[in-house]
Amino acid sequence: MAAGVATWLPFARAAAVGWLPLAKKTMPKPPVDNSSRSDEILYVNVSGVRFQTWKNTLDRYPDTLLGSSEKEFFFNEETQEYFFDRDPEMFRHILNFYRTGKLHYPRYECIQAFDEELAFYGIVPEIIGDCCMEEYRDRKKENQERLAEDSEANEGTDAPLPPDSTSRERLWRAFENPHTSTMALVFYYVTGFFIAVSVIANVVETVPCRPPKGSVKDLPCGEKYQLAFFCMDTACVLIFTFEYLMRLFAAPSRCKFMRSVMSVIDVVAIMPYYIGLVMPENEDVSGAFVTLRVFRVFRIFKFSRHSQGLRILGYTLKSCASELGFLLFSLTMAIIIFATVMFYAEKGTKGSTFTSIPASFWYTIVTMTTLGYGDMVPNTIAGKIFGSICSLSGVLVIALPVPVIVSNFSRIYHQNQRADKMRAQQKVRLARIRMAKKGTTNAFLQYKEDRGLGLLRESDSSGFLRKRRKHSDRDSDSTALCVKNRSAFEHQHHHLLHCLEKTTNHEFTDEGTYSELCMTDSVGFRTSRSTSLSSQQGAQNNSTGCCPRRARRRAAIRLANSTVSVSRGSVQELDTLHLKTTSIPAQTRSSLNAQGVNLKLNCGEQDFSAAIISIPTPPANTPDESLPPSPVPIPGILRNTRATTFTHETVKISSL
Amino acid sequence: MGAVVGTLTMQTKQRRPSRDKTEDELEMTTVCHRPEGLDQLEAQTNFTKQELQILYRGFKNECPSGVVNEETFKHIYAQFFPHGGRFYFLCNFLLNDLFVNRLIAVVADASTYAHYLFNAFDTTNNGSIKFKDFVMGLSTLLRGTLREKLEWTFHLYDINRDGYINREEMTEIVRAIYDMMGKYTYPAIKGDVPQQHVDAFFQKMDKNKDGVVTLEEFVVACQEDETMMRSMQLFENVM
Repeated sequence: MAAGVATWLPFARAAAVGWLPLAKKTMPKPPVDNSSRSDEILYVNVSGVRFQTWKNTLDRYPDTLLGSSEKEFFFNEETQEYFFDRDPEMFRHILNFYRTGKLHYPRYECIQAFDEELAFYGIVPEIIGDCCMEEYRDRKKENQERLAEDSEANEGTDAPLPPDSTSRERLWRAFENPHTSTMALVFYYVTGFFIAVSVIANVVETVPCRPPKGSVKDLPCGEKYQLAFFCMDTACVLIFTFEYLMRLFAAPSRCKFMRSVMSVIDVVAIMPYYIGLVMPENEDVSGAFVTLRVFRVFRIFKFSRHSQGLRILGYTLKSCASELGFLLFSLTMAIIIFATVMFYAEKGTKGSTFTSIPASFWYTIVTMTTLGYGDMVPNTIAGKIFGSICSLSGVLVIALPVPVIVSNFSRIYHQNQRADKMRAQQKVRLARIRMAKKGTTNAFLQYKEDRGLGLLRESDSSGFLRKRRKHSDRDSDSTALCVKNRSAFEHQHHHLLHCLEKTTNHEFTDEGTYSELCMTDSVGFRTSRSTSLSSQQGAQNNSTGCCPRRARRRAAIRLANSTVSVSRGSVQELDTLHLKTTSIPAQTRSSLNAQGVNLKLNCGEQDFSAAIISIPTPPANTPDESLPPSPVPIPGILRNTRATTFTHETVKISSL
Repeated sequence: MGAVVGTLTMQTKQRRPSRDKTEDELEMTTVCHRPEGLDQLEAQTNFTKQELQILYRGFKNECPSGVVNEETFKHIYAQFFPHGGRFYFLCNFLLNDLFVNRLIAVVADASTYAHYLFNAFDTTNNGSIKFKDFVMGLSTLLRGTLREKLEWTFHLYDINRDGYINREEMTEIVRAIYDMMGKYTYPAIKGDVPQQHVDAFFQKMDKNKDGVVTLEEFVVACQEDETMMRSMQLFENVM
């Protein structure tokens, strides 16, 4: 029952007195109402804006936050009011819901923000009043579609392939996204070229060439240079066949691929050639064969893989199927009506071209589309009148569905533009995020420097740190500021990371330090490497810089006792591991961990076995945080098994 | 071409409602009643100021224009006695001995009874209930003396306001009440149960057997009815 009706209940109950004389039995006892009679005003403070309302108003909907005892959690004893740290603008609508029983959706608000507020206050969106329900639903659907599109665009296609994809997957990717590798791009252009060549050849084949000597009649070029055209056709078809077979092989789901439109077009484009080869040179059949050659023109549709505009057009037509259907249906109706009318109007005339109703169809179509060839013309007055009505109505009928199709096309086109723009902006966005994260990394390292902590300091065997300090002194002013402005949160955060370092006996470091370590080590030391707190890109860059990248992870697997190249290889391994495991969400809130420390040796993905290299060190800085339980005892084991002549062991973890 | 004809016909239709619309708009804006002052109402009824305030707030919330017309009244009353559709509720009404505490399905029609109730509240007989009428009626029902309540009930039953309740009026009222029960009752209403009920009523009330019940007869008969007196007291605390 609506809330407002509740206010009338006492009245209805009072009116029950009218039944008493008729009742033969005593009335049942009424329920005891323990609640206080008097209504009180409640104060609700939403981010400083004070709202006041009757308690009864809020009690109307007991299954919401404000109507239930849940609001007591927000009660502020000192000020004797309910305080909510939420948006006061939105709260206005929420409170109006209690007052009027109808929830309205403000058009200028973001749909997600509104939904969140509703969720917070425990109100189900379904009760939005009819006046605003449509708007709400439309915007919600639009938002969901947009998010789905964005996530699709993100996930997909431009991300680098996981390293262990099969050749089949790589091939498929190359086909779908030609710009991912050079080979794919080359192939893309080659097929495009051959499609063009094939289409042009088909066209030129029919152009009349100069007849060969001795003949008078003009021959189409196709017959004159039959062999040349045949060769060209063969080459094209071979390429198309090859392409189709490769796609078929690479497709993740062959059945789905075979049913897709593009594959059907491919088949239709190459079938006539094969059929022509197979069929004998028979007079009867060759007529049909000639018809088949018509299908060669479908090769032009293969261009839709190359042109996005064509795809958009096709998609638009598909999505406007109902409008097109309506157009076709109404046209058909009109054609039949007018053809009949014209036929009977012109029936009497001698020599009339309107020989039958189907013959009049041609006239009607030509007139309604305002072509007006003039091959069929009405002669009677009635015929002329109906003819003019026909042409006028033709314009109208055709003009009606066109705006719908146009608006659909515009919407789809803009969606596409938006997707492209987003992809372009994605790179800028990622770069900005990376910079922010680097900032926090540097903050932590600065913190350590300032506190005189860190292994790098304690055992600086290569004078390395001195060099580093020189760099950092230059921007000491800025760092001094950083020290002062560090908030309590940052202090606690850094302390936490520090604890982790102590636990694992390894240190965090940054790109620069890591790369420099890398350089110094590669000079002569057999040292272990470790990836550092760098961004994904950074690691790649570093590894290309100091540790040349090997293409395949498998090739880089080495066993423990080997040379620097091993360490390099293992490092790359670690790097590639780190690349692979970026998809795993960071375990801690620390942004430091989010990207760089991707030695997330989550054993779920691969089998690890620890290979231990006993190498004297400058201390390695392996941030191996989210270590799964198994490798964790390894440092302990190491400590037990070997004499700690050096301060820290290095743990190398490689996969076998 | 069909579209052309269609648009032509649409135009002719549009012109007609516009004339009615302005008249309707005028009507709507003039109807807005305000009750008398709080003090006066307090003097005239048995409610305290606070109770009147609460009552008015609820009333105004439901009917911002300040009046309830019959349709709205029927609609509101029907929400308590669902009109059409199956609806289960525990039925404690006692219109017949066998109806005690049974779970029944109700397909009910409350509009007839609501009509009579509306007329009982609408003392000025102008087709609408203002807040004053509403609150005066409630005051009688909840805070009035026994005699006042019985008089109110008599006026409810006396449809044509002639001072007598005859059989036809009573039959209508009883039928209206049974209609509120709906079609699906347990046990089913067989035969002419309302008529029997009316006969029983008249037997009790009509002392001089002249076929009508006057106010005095009604009051006296009710006061003699023990069960009814007991039930009256139960309705004291509705507000």
